[in-house]
This record gives sequence, C-alpha cells and structure tokens, in this order.
Amino acid sequence: MAQPSRRQFLKIIGLTGATLLAGKNTNASETSAVNNDTLGMLYDATKCVGCKACMSSCKRVNGDYGALSFEQASFDKDGLWDAPKDLSGSTRTLIKLFKESHENWSYIKYSCMHCQKPSCVSVCPVSAMTRDKTTGIVDYNKNTCIGCRYCQVSCAFNIPKFQWDRAIPQIVKCDLCKNTNLIKKGISACAETCPTGAIMFGKRKELLAEGHKRLEESPKKYINHIYGEKEAGGTNHLYLAAMPFNKLGLPLLGNDAPAEFSEKIQHTIYKGFIAPIALYGTLCFVALKNMKKNDSRNKHKDKTKEEKRDIK
Amino acid sequence: MSHDHYQVHTAKIITPSFMILLGLTIIGFVLIGIRFIKGIGAVSNMSDGYPWGIWITYDVATGTAIACGGYAMAILIYIRNHFHYHPMIRSAVLTSMFGYGLAGFSVMVDVGRPWNAYNFFIPSKWQANSAMFEVAICVMSYTTVLIIEFLPTVLVAIEKTEWKSLQTLLDILYRKVGVKHPKYLEERLALVKDLASWLGPRLDKVLIFVIALGITLPTMHQSSLGSMLLIASTKLHPLWHTAFLPLLFLINCIYIGYSIAILESVISCYAFKRPFETRELAGLAKIIPWLTIIWLLVVIGDLAWRRQIAAALSFDFYSLFFLLEFCLIAGGSLLLFSARKRESIRWLFVSAALIVMGGALYRFNVYLIGFNPGKGWHYFPALAELMITVGIVAFEILAYQVLVKILPVLPKLHTRAEDDAEHGLAEKAV
Repeated sequence: MAQPSRRQFLKIIGLTGATLLAGKNTNASETSAVNNDTLGMLYDATKCVGCKACMSSCKRVNGDYGALSFEQASFDKDGLWDAPKDLSGSTRTLIKLFKESHENWSYIKYSCMHCQKPSCVSVCPVSAMTRDKTTGIVDYNKNTCIGCRYCQVSCAFNIPKFQWDRAIPQIVKCDLCKNTNLIKKGISACAETCPTGAIMFGKRKELLAEGHKRLEESPKKYINHIYGEKEAGGTNHLYLAAMPFNKLGLPLLGNDAPAEFSEKIQHTIYKGFIAPIALYGTLCFVALKNMKKNDSRNKHKDKTKEEKRDIK
Repeated sequence: MSHDHYQVHTAKIITPSFMILLGLTIIGFVLIGIRFIKGIGAVSNMSDGYPWGIWITYDVATGTAIACGGYAMAILIYIRNHFHYHPMIRSAVLTSMFGYGLAGFSVMVDVGRPWNAYNFFIPSKWQANSAMFEVAICVMSYTTVLIIEFLPTVLVAIEKTEWKSLQTLLDILYRKVGVKHPKYLEERLALVKDLASWLGPRLDKVLIFVIALGITLPTMHQSSLGSMLLIASTKLHPLWHTAFLPLLFLINCIYIGYSIAILESVISCYAFKRPFETRELAGLAKIIPWLTIIWLLVVIGDLAWRRQIAAALSFDFYSLFFLLEFCLIAGGSLLLFSARKRESIRWLFVSAALIVMGGALYRFNVYLIGFNPGKGWHYFPALAELMITVGIVAFEILAYQVLVKILPVLPKLHTRAEDDAEHGLAEKAV
C-alpha cells in the first residue's frame, strides 16, 4: 500500500525540483535599467567643513512633518544642543568626523542613499515604502506602515530608523524634502543650506558628470571612485572623498542590487502563483484517492469484525 | 475520519503546573501592557542594527517550525497514505493551532504599528515582491485552516455535552438573583446542539480539501521564512546566506515537525500517565533521518559550491555555532538509524530532542546569530523581552493542558490496543 504513494510523492518532489531549475535559467536575464534622470545629491567630503548646518536645517524644515525631535547629550543638562550620536528615530541626516591621524581625516554625511533598486521598497509587505518613478525618491508612508522593520533588516546602508522609545512609533528616513523644501524651493534643505557647496543637488546624470569632472581635474585630491555610481545597483546619493569609503562607514558592496537576487528566487518559486495552485491541486487529488482507499478498507475491516462476532 | 478514535483525558484541570504556567502567563501579559504604553524600547534590547530580536527569531521563525507537527503528520497520513497514524493527528493539529495562533499574536506585539495591519487585506497595498507579505498572508490563512481542521473536535464535544457546568453556574446565578430558570435558554442550547450535529457530518465531507490546503500553505510560507533573509546579503554570514535558504527552511520544518510530534507524544504520555505510543513513534522516527540526510547534503554541497567549507571549519564564533547546529542534527539522525534505538522511548526522546534543538538553532543562526549589521551593533535579549516570550509559550502549554481535558483530542486507549492487534495480524498475513 505504501509503495505507489511513495512513488507519487517522489514524483511531486521531482517535478517541483525540475520546474525550479528550469525557471532559474529563464529569469536570469531580467535586470532593471538605471534611470539617470532621477533626483539625487553629490556629497563631496573634501569640501565639507563639518559645520552641521545641513543637520539643523533638515530638522527645522522637516521637524513637524517627519516627527523629528532634538536629541540631548548626556553632558548637556540644560538641553542647549541637538546632539544625535547617529541617525535615529529623530535624525534623518548626520555629519560625522573620521580621524585616522592628525593629517588624515574626513567628514562624512549620512542619509538615505535613494537606491535605484531599493531593498526597503522590495521587502515592505504593505507598500509603505515606495520609489517614485520620475523623481526616484524613496519615500515612506506612516499611514500604511505596520512597523515590522523589515526595511531596516534589508537596508545594506542601515538607513531606516525606528522610534524605539515611543508608544506610536514610525520609521524615519530622508525623503529629499519631498513634502517640504522640494515643493517650495525645488531643492533639498541640506543642499540649499550648505555654505561650502559640499552638497550638490540635481539629476543623477548631472551629478555623475560633475563627479567625473572633479575626478579628472584633480585626481590627486580624491580616491578615484564615485561611491554610489555602481554600488548595490546604483544609488542617487553619490559620494566623493579623499579616504577609502569603507573607512568612512560606507559599506563595501557589490554592483548587484540585493533586491534583484531575492526577488528572482521568490518569483522563480511562485511563477505568478501558478506553482502553489498546481501544488494544491495535486495534493487534493492524492489525498482524496488515499481517503477513498482507506474508507473502503475500513468498511471491509468492519464487515470482517461483524462476521467474527456473528461466528462467536 | 471516524470520531471514536479519540477521548477526553479525564483529570483535574487545576494542578501545580497549571498555577506556575498561569503565573508566567500573567507576568508576560503585564510586560506586553508596558510595551504598548511605553514603546518597544522600554522592554527590549532591539536596536536599529538588530531590528528583529528574540520575538521574531523564536516566536515566529522557530515557533512556527515547532508548530509544524500538524503539517508533517498531515503529509504522512493523507499524502503518503499511512492512515494508522490518524489517531495522532488531533493533538498535532491542536499544538499547531496554538503555535501558529501565538506566532501571530507575537507579531502583533512586535510590530510597531499593528493598527495598520488591515492593509494586508487591501489589494492595492499588496506587495508580491516581499517574502514577508507572503508569510503574513499564509500564516493568517493557515491559522484559519487549523481552526477549521480542529472544529470537528469541538462540534463532537458540543453534541455530547449536557452543559453541566453551565447549568450549575446558572443555578447559582439565578438563586442569587432569585428568579426561576427561563425556558427559552434550554431551547437555545438544544438549538446549538442541533446545529453542531447538522454541521459536523457536512464539514467531514469537505474537510479533505481544507486538509490539502493545510499542507499547501505551510509548504509556501515555511520556505518563504527562509526567503526573508535572502535580501540581507551583506548582513547574514556567508555560512547561512545562500539561494537555498527557502529549500533548507522547508525541509527543516518537516523534520522538526516529526521530531516535535515524538516529543509531544512522549511528554504528554508521561505527564498524563498514559502508555507510550512506541510503535507509532518508531515508525515516525524511521522517516526523520532520511530528511535530515537530504538537508545535511544540501548544506554541505552548497558550502562546497560557494567555497565556504574553510569558513565552516575555522572555529571562530560563527563556525562554532554552525558546527553545533550541524552536529546536533547529524548526531540525532545517526541515533535514529539504529532500529533498536528507535524501539526505546528514552533514545527516541533524546534523538528527537537533539534534532529539534539543532533545527531550531539553525533558524536562530539565520535570523540572529549569523546576522551582523556592521560595527558597533550588539544584541542580547533583555529580561523583560525574554519574559514576554516565556509568557506566550506558557500560555500555549496551559491552553493545551486545559483543552485535552475538556475536548476529545488524545487517541483512545482501547481502540489503539485493538488496532495494534489487528495491525499485527495483518503484518503476519503479509
């Protein structure tokens, strides 16, 4: 009795395995193109003087809209400064100083990278994270967010931050002033405020052209690389610096977007929901057949039991 | 599908273990209250680097695997056609129902904005790229399926009940108020009984389609639980980050399912002082090592393919956890290859426990231990965070204990003896 069913079982396993393997080859060529007409920023660490005007303007402009509050340092009993230690549930952008020696040091600005293929958008189960097709802005909608924090797990740059200390928390990250400064003045608040021109705001193609121009004009000043041009499928926030980027807290990444990899596997398995339906159909068929077999056997058993009793 | 294979376990409901579990449950739920008033940070050590802590790792990722007893048993009985295991299905479905129900409950504690969860039911918000969307929808549907699978048990209990405790309660109440019993109440109760006996047989007829759905859904979401970490390619250690995560999670949950069915049976037989179901368990135990061997081969093959064998044997922090997981599973499986050890309750218990621990450690490794968001981030669960998990698990065991004492869940003892005798005869005849 067990023999044919085992064969069936193996057949199912074999079939699913075969479709899995076949699917992997067909989907491999699918890659999304980079859109260079989207908006972004080019941060040049060699021009930054660390005045943090960008940080304070970000909070001034987005404070009410983004639920950003001031962060008090432990030494600052009167609460005179806004002193965030890192990007947090109250801080969307941050300047840090990396100091290797007295001669070797660099400022670095952190904020959302606005990826071309953002992981956070790919993983958000309820579409609270979205990427605008024309502007390329990766935005967050707290009115649909369920607070699962999968965006935080997925982000290679550790950008989305969660408000751990609030009863009604939300995710906080840069949205290029989409609902505030960008509407009013057509530029993000940090880029508008920067007194040294370290933050350039514009279309990705303009930023890349400018970046390559600076690299060509003064090759000794810079590490010969624009961070974000290729990293993780390309980002709209680009970096130039005089020190290796991984020392400045920007992770060493490959050129493939992590979301391409995970989505390919997920869609290969599901095949637009055909695979689960096929599986369900097969299971129903096998289970029904087994049930009927078993029922008829039971009836037979009951009969023999009765016969035995009759004899007794 | 006969209902007379099962019986109510007759014993006192309030026991010392009941009181201890109740205490732990209350502590857990008080802490959950604090979490909703003061925020998640007030009770947990989770951070922006480790946004998922013990609640997701244990309650959801590991808890649902431990709750796969119902899934694994359903495959064995209905698909592989071993209907003599049928008497074990009800307790397996009951524990699965609790496991999944409470995983869902833990998620509601863990997510920051649970009031927005209705978005899962709004098609315009659906996000088919997200493994979590798939997991969430499947876990919700599977919990519903498990409730439907368990419903016949409740219906039978309603059919047979005489509402004794309800009647005595009402007697006391009415005496205090000083009114006579209203008649319509008894009519209503009779109606409920009629409804139950009307629904019961009809449900039995379509139940097989629900059961097939109950096998499809875990196949989908258990593999997707593995897919969840595919995106973290820069954060999850290469020992665990592989394209095979979905396959590994799927096989992992099936062997955990059989092992946990063995553990549950041994523990409940011991606790409720019933004879051990050695013959059934030995049969189950025979399947497990084949699954674990396939799993271990995929793991080794994949590591070799990605040239990570050296990393696995480097004896650093990650390598040690990997080797521990590997040895627990391999050790438990080796024990089960011996037919003599499979006949011994003690060895069955030990090997099943080893495999459950190894399988659970694998899930911990993927979700927490092998997860490194970068320099400067550390995570170890806070006491309050642990106590919330303990409280939820305590509630699960508590409810199981109570339900087997009021509903016909456990296999009937004398029919099993009969079955044994018949089976023995049949085997000899063959």
